[in-house]
Amino acid sequence: MTGQMPAFAAAAPEILLAIAGMGLLLYGAFRGNGATREIAYLVIASYIAAAALVVFVVEVPTVTFSGLFVADGFGAFAKVLVLLGSALGLLISLDYIEREQMARFEYPVLFLFATLGMMVMISAGDLITLYLGLELQSLSLYVIAAFRRDMVRSAEAGLKYFVLGALSSGMLLYGASLVYGFTGTTSFAGLAATLSAEAPVSIGLVVGIVFVSAGLAFKVSAVPFHMWTPDVYEGAPTPVTAFFAVAPKIAAIALFIRVMVGPFGELVAQWQQIVFAVSILSMLLGALAAIWQTNIKRLMAYSSIGHIGYALIGLATGTEEGVRGILVYMAIYLAMNVGTFACILCMRVNGRMVEGIDDLRGLSRTNPMIALALAIFMFSMAGIPPLAGFFGKLYVFLAAINSGLYVLAVIGVLTSVIGAYYYLRIVKLMYFDDPVEGFDQPIDRGLSVVLAGTGLFTLFFFAFPPALVNRAAAAAATLFGG
Amino acid sequence: MGDWPFLTLTTFLPLVGAAAIMAMRGDEEAVARNARNMALWTSLATFAISLFVWFLFDRSSADFQFVEKHDWFPEYNIAYHMGVDGISMMFVLLSTLLVPICILASWRSITSRVKEYMIAFLVLETMMVGMFCALDYVLFYVFFEGVLIPMFIIIGVWGSGTRRIYAAFKFFLFTLLGSVLMLLALIAMYLEAGTTDIPTLLATDFAPAMQTWLWLALFASFAVKVPMWPVHTWLPDAHVEAPTAGSVILAGVLLKMGGYGFLRFSIPMLPEATADFTPLVFALSVIAIIYTSLVALAQQDMKKLIAYSSVAHMGFVTMGMFTLTTQGIQGSIFQMLSHGIVSAALFLCVGVVYDRLHTREIARYGGLWNNMPRYAIVFMIFMLGSVGLPGTSGFVGEFLSLVGAFQVSTWVATLATIGIILGAAYMLYLYRAVIFGRLEKEDLKRLKDLSPREVAVFAPLVALVFWMGIYPMSFIGVMEASVDRLMAGYEMPVIEDTPPLEVPPLEAPPLETPPLETPAETGDASPTRSPGESAALEREGLGR
Repeated sequence: MTGQMPAFAAAAPEILLAIAGMGLLLYGAFRGNGATREIAYLVIASYIAAAALVVFVVEVPTVTFSGLFVADGFGAFAKVLVLLGSALGLLISLDYIEREQMARFEYPVLFLFATLGMMVMISAGDLITLYLGLELQSLSLYVIAAFRRDMVRSAEAGLKYFVLGALSSGMLLYGASLVYGFTGTTSFAGLAATLSAEAPVSIGLVVGIVFVSAGLAFKVSAVPFHMWTPDVYEGAPTPVTAFFAVAPKIAAIALFIRVMVGPFGELVAQWQQIVFAVSILSMLLGALAAIWQTNIKRLMAYSSIGHIGYALIGLATGTEEGVRGILVYMAIYLAMNVGTFACILCMRVNGRMVEGIDDLRGLSRTNPMIALALAIFMFSMAGIPPLAGFFGKLYVFLAAINSGLYVLAVIGVLTSVIGAYYYLRIVKLMYFDDPVEGFDQPIDRGLSVVLAGTGLFTLFFFAFPPALVNRAAAAAATLFGG
Repeated sequence: MGDWPFLTLTTFLPLVGAAAIMAMRGDEEAVARNARNMALWTSLATFAISLFVWFLFDRSSADFQFVEKHDWFPEYNIAYHMGVDGISMMFVLLSTLLVPICILASWRSITSRVKEYMIAFLVLETMMVGMFCALDYVLFYVFFEGVLIPMFIIIGVWGSGTRRIYAAFKFFLFTLLGSVLMLLALIAMYLEAGTTDIPTLLATDFAPAMQTWLWLALFASFAVKVPMWPVHTWLPDAHVEAPTAGSVILAGVLLKMGGYGFLRFSIPMLPEATADFTPLVFALSVIAIIYTSLVALAQQDMKKLIAYSSVAHMGFVTMGMFTLTTQGIQGSIFQMLSHGIVSAALFLCVGVVYDRLHTREIARYGGLWNNMPRYAIVFMIFMLGSVGLPGTSGFVGEFLSLVGAFQVSTWVATLATIGIILGAAYMLYLYRAVIFGRLEKEDLKRLKDLSPREVAVFAPLVALVFWMGIYPMSFIGVMEASVDRLMAGYEMPVIEDTPPLEVPPLEAPPLETPPLETPAETGDASPTRSPGESAALEREGLGR
């Protein structure tokens, strides 16, 4: 590998996005804010092109740029999900940003750079690449969170996210430096080789791993590093929240898997306890804290903490099955969350956004289709078959029981019953209560397309699960096959 | 014709109807009318298709019939596998019979959001029928839990009381809690057997230590569904708050899902654990029978009284089932079918007066025989069916369950028999308070007797109560082969491990004693009676 040209083709999707990002930034600077929609469409087009490159070009697992960058089936699966999540997130923002006077051309371009950061994270083959991708993503997200400069809450969300995010990046970096200090390498392949040879694990290395895990747990907003999530979710503009809830989560969890299973794969015994505890705490907090929420965005924040807890069950197993479970879970999570946020974006009364759960009262009378879609998402998140969310949980629990993690599985199902309460409460408000003022009609076209697509996916997933599950299984296999 | 996919048709036809109703547009009045008609015709067509299953069913075979198998998750050995045996087939019919009756019974009483109501019922029918037909555990689970969604909506939206929301949540969360534990058991069984195919799982031996945990997890799910004491508390709430038709389905079919689960999974798949836990089930069943009967005596709300009587009757079901005798199991299945008809009909009876007066308080009624003679007769038939009068369906099930119980434990049987007396007490009390006495209250005098539509609702149920009571062999004959096979799989482990259970050999010598008058006496004398004979005896006994 040394001394030759790196295999650029493996990084073609990222290169495409980087060039597109710079090009569109220039284009926007010339055309001004009037071209926001146009640029957004171009961003979505480049997402699609990148996804096509990911799927069709990157066939063989490749390690390139002197081992800094890995392109494999696992990464491809996660990247497609991230691109899909970003594209949907941008699509449902379009009408919103125009209506709320935040249609500046930087908005879609920042989306693009954040996504690029996520893709680099997913493909990280070295602690340096990891940090690079993470920061590119995070810095873009800080700006997007505070995109409504004139609103105090949005600015507060951005600032809070930035301060806490910087702290977690610091922890991660500190952990990485410890790992480097005790092993003498930052490359994942090198770490894996060193660690498998080294019989006793030095305590400094363990401390390093703990710090790296803490930094990553912050990015996936797992308890006890979740504090920022409800505030940022609530404060950020709603379509931004939708984006936050999906794409960065998927990227971060993919990175979490890659770091834990790859370089630290030999040290399962060391990090399993951390993931175990974090998973249980996330599930419990996600289930319990959401019960008292009255703001739907805060509720979704706690819901996503809970979902991450379930996904982490898969990581706690440290097996191929577990990773498959996570990938299936995240794909379904993407559909459910984007759909739910599309519903939340429909919550406009007299031209003003509302966010209270009580505003959903009687929605089944005033707006039956949105109510139906939201009910499907809620039942799915609660994990009731035959909806998609059930199958997500099924694969995770399958992996847990197969690895003998009965405690996790039992706590998982019990918290899913507790969690069912607040999901049902939303259904109750929509279907059992008397209507309040209905939402503005008609809803935006982009929103209805996204709603219909994610709703149908959630509803009919049971009819053809192999399409997704087999791909996830193949992706997980590439991570363990090497 | 034999290879038509009857079960798939029966399962998914209601869903097609629901989709058609969902597509209806127009002014509310017209949509409501069309939705009612569409739902009724769809459910009648479904019932007609399920009749093919009844007629084409080979009664001599214990195998699964009408089997359909298609790939679903081929990589994981999880398939779309449908089929019925003698046990599940009748529950399919019970479901398809009750749904059109429910729709007809809601014809006038449901006036708001008719379209959604009919959709919910048809979706519910798909879930119920699918659950009884499923021969794959994952498929079973999907339908088993899928039932919760439409039922939650039905109780919460069209429920009558102020506590309907509390009741809907309690129903949902109680049953969900049980179900998720079953999900873990399902996964564990899958990992052990490598498939979720029910016939394969039936042939799999699970290690005894594992059986204990699996059994407890399944028990959590099915006991809540049945419901057994002490997890029955959701039932009275759900019944009281649900609309009439919701109560009918709840009592008629949903409770049977628990009993069916025991018969399909716990008993045949986990024989050793079942033998170990039999005393627990007996204790809970007897407590249910006596305690809830006493509670029923103290009720002032008609629906609540019938709800508690359901818990007591289901106590007979679990008791009979876990005697692990041929009679006991046949009795419990028969009791479930009978209870499905009788308690459903009793809730409809309550619905009739509730529609007219909008109260369920027993004290508000009295003397209805004066102006509602037809209603009085219908109510009497079902009341007596619930009491278990010979000649009605209720008798056969209770009798056989007790016969089974006497072979295993005289104490259990004796205590359960006390429950029958209490059952007679509260049902007669209810009937006396509502129907007899002087017609004094002004608003009661204006009540009209059953309309032709209501007669049409009750007629098939009345016919069935007598048919099942007078000639039970039509039904026992269907389940006989399957129950025998269930028992045959059972003999070995049970006899080896727990000799005191005294399971009767299948090839029993013919019994010469003449039929006896009361169940209590018969039970003592019949430790070695084969199923056909006990049923035959019964026929003679009833014929006299």
